[in-house]
Amino acid sequence: MAVSHEPRIVGFLCNWCSYAGADLAGTSRITYPANIRIIRVPCSGRVDPLFVVKSFQLGADGVLIAGCHPGDCHYTEGNYHTRRRFALLRPFLDYLGIDQERFRLEWVSASEGKKFSEVVADFTETLKRIGPREI
Amino acid sequence: MARVGVFVCHCGTNIAGVVNIPEVLEAAEKMPMVVSATDNKYSCSEPGQASIREAIIENNLNRVIVAACSPRMHEITFRRALASAGLNPYLLEMANIREQCSWVHSDNKEIATNKAIEIIKMAVAKVIRHEPLYPRQVGITKRALVIGGGITGIQTALDIANAGYGVVLVEREPSIGGRMAQLDKTFPTLDCSACILTPKMVDLSQHPKIKLMTYAEVKKVTGFIGNFEVEILHKAKKVDHLKCIGCGICWQKCPEKVPSEFDLGLGKRTAIYIPFAQAVPPKPVIDLSHCRYTKYLTWVATGQEGKKPPECRICEKLCPTAAIAWDQEEQLFTEKFGTIVVATGYQTYDYSHYKEYGSRDFADVITGLQLERLMSASGPTGGEVTRLSDGSHPKTVAFVCCVGSRDQQRGRPYCSKVCCMYTAKQAIMLKEHDPEVQCYIFYIDVRAGGKDFEEFYLRAIDEAGVIYIKGRPSKIYQDGKKLIVLGEDTLMGRPVEIPVDLVVLATGMEPSAGADELARNLNISYDTYNFMVEAHPKLRPVETHTDGIFVAGACVGPRDIPECVAQGSAAAAKVAALFSQDTLTTEPLIAVVNQARCIGCLLCVTICPFKAVDYQTTQDGRLIAATNESLCKGCGLCIAACRPKAIDLRGFTNQQILDEVAGLWL
Ligand code: FES
Repeated sequence: MAVSHEPRIVGFLCNWCSYAGADLAGTSRITYPANIRIIRVPCSGRVDPLFVVKSFQLGADGVLIAGCHPGDCHYTEGNYHTRRRFALLRPFLDYLGIDQERFRLEWVSASEGKKFSEVVADFTETLKRIGPREI
Repeated sequence: MARVGVFVCHCGTNIAGVVNIPEVLEAAEKMPMVVSATDNKYSCSEPGQASIREAIIENNLNRVIVAACSPRMHEITFRRALASAGLNPYLLEMANIREQCSWVHSDNKEIATNKAIEIIKMAVAKVIRHEPLYPRQVGITKRALVIGGGITGIQTALDIANAGYGVVLVEREPSIGGRMAQLDKTFPTLDCSACILTPKMVDLSQHPKIKLMTYAEVKKVTGFIGNFEVEILHKAKKVDHLKCIGCGICWQKCPEKVPSEFDLGLGKRTAIYIPFAQAVPPKPVIDLSHCRYTKYLTWVATGQEGKKPPECRICEKLCPTAAIAWDQEEQLFTEKFGTIVVATGYQTYDYSHYKEYGSRDFADVITGLQLERLMSASGPTGGEVTRLSDGSHPKTVAFVCCVGSRDQQRGRPYCSKVCCMYTAKQAIMLKEHDPEVQCYIFYIDVRAGGKDFEEFYLRAIDEAGVIYIKGRPSKIYQDGKKLIVLGEDTLMGRPVEIPVDLVVLATGMEPSAGADELARNLNISYDTYNFMVEAHPKLRPVETHTDGIFVAGACVGPRDIPECVAQGSAAAAKVAALFSQDTLTTEPLIAVVNQARCIGCLLCVTICPFKAVDYQTTQDGRLIAATNESLCKGCGLCIAACRPKAIDLRGFTNQQILDEVAGLWL
């Protein structure tokens, strides 16, 4: 029988919107699966592709990058760079034998605590469905 | 060797009610480089902070983890606690086990406890690599630049100067005054515009703290808050303003007549001119594109082809102070400023796109601003409102609102805000000029939000007998001496066709020409219409995303005079607050370049949104990137883009983030 699998997600959250959104989920006492570990970065554009690849290398089941909505980046254009980097990096994961579904980019604003919890719940669900990584 | 102290907060029961604190402490003690792990009921309280202070000293800690609420909540508080224990405040890392753990996983205490331990583990991995950081103090040039000499710029400059600081006001026209100088009266009080504006203009020109630079333009801006360097182009006036006494002989005698920009083509000015009678400074410039002598000189220089233009030079012959300076050339000066206020204002929409309203082909279809000039006692007709076609006095006048406003098809969906009120004002005044006049106002909605505005609008109906017709006219055409305005009264649901003598188009506001170029020079944002973008529309209305640069007035969006004045004063208050300090403290959490690693690809220069990365040449001749500590905001975009990993972000270094990730699997 399949053992129930608890995926581990590494989440890179920009300080100004998504990290604040995650805080708001807390302040509003919205529960969500405890599978995510959050790393605070100043801007989603700070996330080096290396961070993502390294997370997978160490054994992460999923990596989430979350930033301000397009147009709302605290540094005006950081998330546009994030969006392009994401689009380039994602197909590359195939070469590493990592399912593209394990890598997500989401826009979560500082007022979207609810959305943040939904993103985590949904991502966890997806990763459970895909199952553990074969390393 | 790092000596880490972990302080776990109960936050009353907020954390302790879910997370098993003794278990967390036990785990924390075993983490690498951790020398002490203690708990606190309320870490942020004074006793809590005191116990952190004591522990730092007692255990000789040099790195601190506070496992409590979000760093967005109390990072500053705990940094202060570190500082009070004699530790560099940047050696702190917070582990967010409240907002991102106990509050969201209250359904499973065991899982929450495990997660809290892991969050602390990641923080420990990161904190070990923290370095002491020091904010830097930079000096401030206590002198402000105000760009634009309309009412907003005038107010800003006066307020800054009255606070005791030096101001340079740059205006590209030969005189300050802006749009307000063109108006006859202002709504809703019907104050004479010139009577309230011109004393301010004179105040400004005589203020010992203000240097006025007219006929000048801002060309290039470098530097950062407190220390801007600005290149200002002084256009050639061809008149030495130090010698000129403004007697006016030259502009009275100059034979070359050209349409006056100030009177919007309704009147004439000469080639050597002041734009209007109360101009400040009251000294002329020579418009080289029309000056006869200049034409003669070009004729000589280009090989004397065609007819010889007259050698004129009448102004020079008549000038009693020999102030005409033909050898004066345009000049570029660099000046230093601590702050910049942009107050470049607006221009009215060019309605030539409105074919249905004649695209400027009908002499008796004019704009609201043109009507102001006609009504003004100092205007081209001396205050007589007459038709341009035959000089007769119009008896029926139709106003059309929202020309170039609230019009999706013309790409102008926004409301220009002042038109409803100024059409009402003009209708009331036309009735005062001539009681026989009947006015019709075609409107979409009457927006009379403002002090005494609604009353003023009602006055137009009740006292001036204005007939308001709801609907945008579909066509205006000439029929003999009359203009026919075709439209639909949408309230009555029937077509209307009104023959009138004069049509006034209430053309909307758009940013002054060149606003986009200026914004790019200043590195501030502008929207699709070229309006400047404020840092926050509600809470930071006069600031921009570039520190030290402020925006005020109609360059940000349609505004009326009192709003412009208020914004000018607001910007001035911001400037004064900044200048009241002697130095500025800059955040040390910024990008730094490792010179040895940099390969000079300069991708970082192009990617930086704040122009904070520049390049320099090393002693051995290599081109490398260099960050400007005062401009850098620490976003880290350049770092993620740097291929040789030669730039890093203090407080969020590559190694720290990688270690945080690795900390999870420790
Ligand atoms: S600050 Fe949130 S994405 Fe840039």
